[in-house]
Amino acid sequence: MTRTEVLADIRTRFGADIIDLFDKSPSRVFIEMRPEAIVRVSTYLFRTLGARFNIASGTDMIDFIEILYHFIIEPLNLLISIRVKLDHENPEIASLARDIEAFNWIERELMELMGVTFIGHPEPKRLLLADNWPEGVYPLRQCYVEWDGTADRTRGV
Amino acid sequence: MMGRTIIPIGPYHPLQEEPEFFTLTVEGETVVDIDVRIGYNHRGIEKLSESKVFENCTFVVERICGICSSSHPYAFTRAVEDIFPMEVPIRAKYIRTIIAETERIHSHLLWLGLAGHFLGYNTVYMWAWKLREEILDVMEILSGNRNNYGMFKPGGVRRDIRAEDIPICLKKIESILPTLDMLKKAVLDDPVLHARLKGVGVMSYQQAIDFSALGPTSRASGVARDVRKDSPYGAYQEMEWSMIVTKNGDVFDKAVIRILEMFESAKIARFCLEKLPDGPIDANIKDVPVGEGIGHIEAPRGETFHYVRSDGTNRPVRHKVRAPTFMNFPTYKATIKGQTISDATIILAAIDPCYCCTERVAVKDTGGRMLYNGQDLLRLSREKTERIRKGMGGR
Repeated sequence: MTRTEVLADIRTRFGADIIDLFDKSPSRVFIEMRPEAIVRVSTYLFRTLGARFNIASGTDMIDFIEILYHFIIEPLNLLISIRVKLDHENPEIASLARDIEAFNWIERELMELMGVTFIGHPEPKRLLLADNWPEGVYPLRQCYVEWDGTADRTRGV
Repeated sequence: MMGRTIIPIGPYHPLQEEPEFFTLTVEGETVVDIDVRIGYNHRGIEKLSESKVFENCTFVVERICGICSSSHPYAFTRAVEDIFPMEVPIRAKYIRTIIAETERIHSHLLWLGLAGHFLGYNTVYMWAWKLREEILDVMEILSGNRNNYGMFKPGGVRRDIRAEDIPICLKKIESILPTLDMLKKAVLDDPVLHARLKGVGVMSYQQAIDFSALGPTSRASGVARDVRKDSPYGAYQEMEWSMIVTKNGDVFDKAVIRILEMFESAKIARFCLEKLPDGPIDANIKDVPVGEGIGHIEAPRGETFHYVRSDGTNRPVRHKVRAPTFMNFPTYKATIKGQTISDATIILAAIDPCYCCTERVAVKDTGGRMLYNGQDLLRLSREKTERIRKGMGGR
């Protein structure tokens, strides 16, 4: 498939779920989608189109939590970033790690650093943060306050 | 049923580039399960980067890794250059390619030396690290530093290559090739290494796809993916070079790929040094507009991926860093199960994460008594090599 065909195919398959499609440059496309569609669209990109999963990046946008899932279709040199916006108070999205092993670690990382809940993750254990790190403190959130070095560490940095 | 033993590996070692903690569950000599914890050296670079201006971020990310210290600034500068349409001067592209490729040679040599050390081939270790010195000399001539070159900046490079340095660098790179060839033959034609490494830690094609494995780890399993070919950048499309892909996915193939890649890297670096075009080396970016950019490059261990979001100020609002090991690491959930402990060391080393951690291995029996430490595991690995060598009638 060519680049145009891939984009047209995504439009016809997931038309109802696409909120915005930003065709940035020949090798970059940003597609904003409803979070409910993430399993279907990722499985389609990964399994059917044979895209490679680069990584997911989470950003705290204060009004909402944004996750970008980056996929690259290597023969086309096309990097497709699927953007989902999650509720800031209770960010939840379905886990992809059950089916595709590549999502396992990054979902655990986002759980710890960004406080996103991945529903159905096969091993929702800590990966990065120390065991004595307090629950509910997420270092990559905008509201995170650096530990001032004087207070008791257990208070939540 | 044989009793299960838990082997904790890690997490700290002064030589580790990324400390991590493995828990191997073994039955007798066979590894049946593995669990990993990382983050012991989490320095919060993504968060720190948000407080730096774009130029300074380059220096911060350069310090992520001491071995492939050009890959992160390269990916970061490409991410910044991706935010808005801009063109990097051709001379800067060539200089970047030279730095990236000479660094690939030194990184692979470092790996080869350590892999030889683990297997009890200390001669390979000495030769590989001796050759690496020549490459580090080249880096010093080109950038003034043996590591952490400080060559990259958004829009170009910070330092030009002087014309009188080029013949010295070419000579140095050429001087390592005959010895490298000898080393290649020593490794690839050695029957002991064949017996020791073939069929060990095999990752299938499908597993490489599922784990989204990168770099030499994926190419050893027959997955032909290389950012330099798939998403051309720098000067890589200017010359002929080949992507090394093998089929078996075992430790031997991973070693073969790294050895053969060094010759390709030398070819690319020599081409760029010889054909270095004239012109400016910096596009002089004045300010970075609002937007998001993605930069990815092929580091020695696989694709390094940076995502940068700018809000129009002089600092990024979000900077995501993904090192290749983050994707390659989990693969040995697949490769290490069912293997023996004496092979665990080299399988860990084969994905080139940080070999040194294996020196901190300790085996405890249920009473908490230490049975093996890292030295013993290395000894196990070397003894196995020795057994194979003796079995073949070697001295």
